[in-house]
Amino acid sequence: MSKSSVAYIVSAAALIVAVWLGVSIGSVKIPISTLWNAGADATATNILWKIRLPRVVLAGLVGASLAISGAAFQGLLKNPLADPYTLGVSSGASVGAVMTLFFGISIPFLGTYTLPIFSMIGAALTMFLVLGFARLVDRAMKMETIILTGIIFGSFLGSVLSLMIALTGEELRQIIGWLLGSVSMRGWNYITMILPFVVIGSLMLWLNRRELNAMLFGEERAHHLGVNVKRRKFSILIGGSILTGSAVAVSGTIGFVGLVVPHMTRLLWGSDHRHLLTLSFMNGATLLIICDLIARTIISPTELPVGVITAFIGAPVFAFIFYKQRRTGGM
Amino acid sequence: MLKVENVSGGYGKEPVVKSVTFNVKKGEVLGILGPNGSGKSTLLKIISGILPMETGSVTIDGQDASSYSQKEFAKKVAVLPQLHAHAFSHSVRETVELGRYPHQSGLFSSWSNEDERAVTEAMSNMAITRYAKNSIELLSGGEQQRVFVAQALAQEAPILLLDEPTNHLDIAHQQQLLDTIRKQAVDKGLTVISVFHDINLASLYCDRLLLMNKGQIAKIGAPQDVVKEEAIQAVYGARVKSQPHPELAKPQITLLPDLKAEMKPFKVRKEDFSVSSHYVSLQTESPLKTLSSAVHNAGSGWYRSFVNRHVDADYNIDDVKAENASYLEQQGFRLTDTVGMMTAVTTEHAEVEEYAGEFGTVLIAVTAGVGNAVDVSQALPRDQKPRVGTINTWVIVNGQLPDEAFIQAMITATEAKTKALQTESITDPLTGTIATGTSTDSLLVAATQQGEYLPYAGPITPLGKLIGHGVYDCTVRAIRAYKKAKGWTT
Repeated sequence: MSKSSVAYIVSAAALIVAVWLGVSIGSVKIPISTLWNAGADATATNILWKIRLPRVVLAGLVGASLAISGAAFQGLLKNPLADPYTLGVSSGASVGAVMTLFFGISIPFLGTYTLPIFSMIGAALTMFLVLGFARLVDRAMKMETIILTGIIFGSFLGSVLSLMIALTGEELRQIIGWLLGSVSMRGWNYITMILPFVVIGSLMLWLNRRELNAMLFGEERAHHLGVNVKRRKFSILIGGSILTGSAVAVSGTIGFVGLVVPHMTRLLWGSDHRHLLTLSFMNGATLLIICDLIARTIISPTELPVGVITAFIGAPVFAFIFYKQRRTGGM
Repeated sequence: MLKVENVSGGYGKEPVVKSVTFNVKKGEVLGILGPNGSGKSTLLKIISGILPMETGSVTIDGQDASSYSQKEFAKKVAVLPQLHAHAFSHSVRETVELGRYPHQSGLFSSWSNEDERAVTEAMSNMAITRYAKNSIELLSGGEQQRVFVAQALAQEAPILLLDEPTNHLDIAHQQQLLDTIRKQAVDKGLTVISVFHDINLASLYCDRLLLMNKGQIAKIGAPQDVVKEEAIQAVYGARVKSQPHPELAKPQITLLPDLKAEMKPFKVRKEDFSVSSHYVSLQTESPLKTLSSAVHNAGSGWYRSFVNRHVDADYNIDDVKAENASYLEQQGFRLTDTVGMMTAVTTEHAEVEEYAGEFGTVLIAVTAGVGNAVDVSQALPRDQKPRVGTINTWVIVNGQLPDEAFIQAMITATEAKTKALQTESITDPLTGTIATGTSTDSLLVAATQQGEYLPYAGPITPLGKLIGHGVYDCTVRAIRAYKKAKGWTT
């Protein structure tokens, strides 16, 4: 069996186990069989279908979106530290989302999609601003330059968020909790709200999997190999922004998923984007489902925002990658 | 195959490349040369579409290059990149597979047998098949470069562009890489355009060279027409000398460093010679430029020790060179520094003399024995093994000589020797006619390459006159001494 088939089987198995655990474990233990057992306890069925399952599915979608866009950003920028969070794109998406709530924007034609769409626009704008500024500072776009620019924009956008929250008074205080990143109590309508965007964004990235392989060798090299660099780059950035925007719209800023997952996947299965993107998608879902499970059970009955857990794992991984890059210049 | 017409362009407002026009035929290897900043890499980038062109056109296979889509262009033209560090690592196989990118299409872009064949072939061509699963970052620079050549070859484009492909490679890898590329050009009709830093490598491997200067073509043509002293000096501003390659009809250049000031002036004098019963030797302060037919270090070179060794008349050794080298070493001579001759004549009868002219002095040393005298004009029917040399002549000049003067000095010395044999009535014992020399004479001309410049050494030039007189004089005296020792005269 080829290495990649093993990778897919292992990742799929891990995802299934994660879903199973995520659905069963909690203040009330629920057997997975409740899913298909019509004669199961009514309360259990209720908890499963109304609370646990949507939560697990949403965590999975958010984790998958962040991980696949992280993998794509890293490949495109040849920067192992790039992910929606470190690039400041998540903050941009948050600003877009909070502005929608703050100004009560609701575009009739868009309906419930207004929030994720504004979030995506925020993400895309921030993305282009960050990259534009980084290029202005340093044409070679070194790893540190991009990350530093991401921090600058992230901090600035964070202060804009704080200002908006302070101005609104009580009703948006709940946003603070949301900003820390959480997938709790969202329900199925949130899933239907982002599902089309997750599909479109992931497809856009997946269609660029071979181009991403070429771009790992630099844009000039990719050009020589026959890649239409401008168009491909644009579609990768837009695809990543769609995914980040939709993830942030439903769950706030959950950091480091886009960093940790592609890094681990690459270590285990190599950096060929033909597999890396799909595998990151699956593993991202698995990771966030597990993190969410930990977040709601570790100091139960109190729930931690899932962003706390991912940052707790992610920041040391970030430090490790940075150390390794500086010491060896490669991975 | 590729036509570049009136192309100008570059990075900023002022074009780096200015109205460049040239053609490359199918299967031809064209080298682009030029000093730093002359626009050679820029020209390559304009052709490959990385940089915009302001005027002119590039035509590939009869079609304007800009009319190709990115993928179609990549099917026609492959580019070998310069080495870069990478943030992530692909395996060797994955890297080479990327070369097939322009040939794949469709949503799932399935891998065809054709793709597989191209990749396998490219990898075996570059001898990297055994690294297939390794990660490229674990390979050495030379191996990585081979992987990228394989990637470009897997692209199977009829045109290959290279930008200083041998950068950072040691000479063995330079040779391997360029041999492979050359082979592709010859076997498969691959058209190659390559920027070179090294003029000699370019001359060796290219059919034609394009010399750039300040964004324009300074010269284009066959290596022997481009790699010329004047052209290289004018464009690069470096003092060079061009020389023939020892095996191929490709000119090579050598830098002439400005080190004259460091050189200590010196002259060779008669006292520098020493004569013993074992050998005649000359030790000079600094090396002399030497041209000789000696046993050890024959040909041309720079040497500071000169030895004419006495051996027995029945000296008969299979490997004369090896025996002679070990003898010289035993006597304390450095093999790399020494020219060694042999003679069966008693070396104590050597004639050494210094002759003064207006330009400086010439020293002549001759050992002569005429036991194997030969009339060269009657030598055709002879069937005889050559024996140990009998008339060994050294001509040492305190002066600067060009190559042609060395050869003229050899002619003049030989004529003088022949005349001396005639004067002494030395006959070829087989024919009874006057001999012109012996069967194994040796000649050495050496010069300090300091002091007066002496362009010629023909018989009526100041130097030639002195050589002719000196060689004649010494040879006659040496023959007389030989005759006396043999008891032929009273």
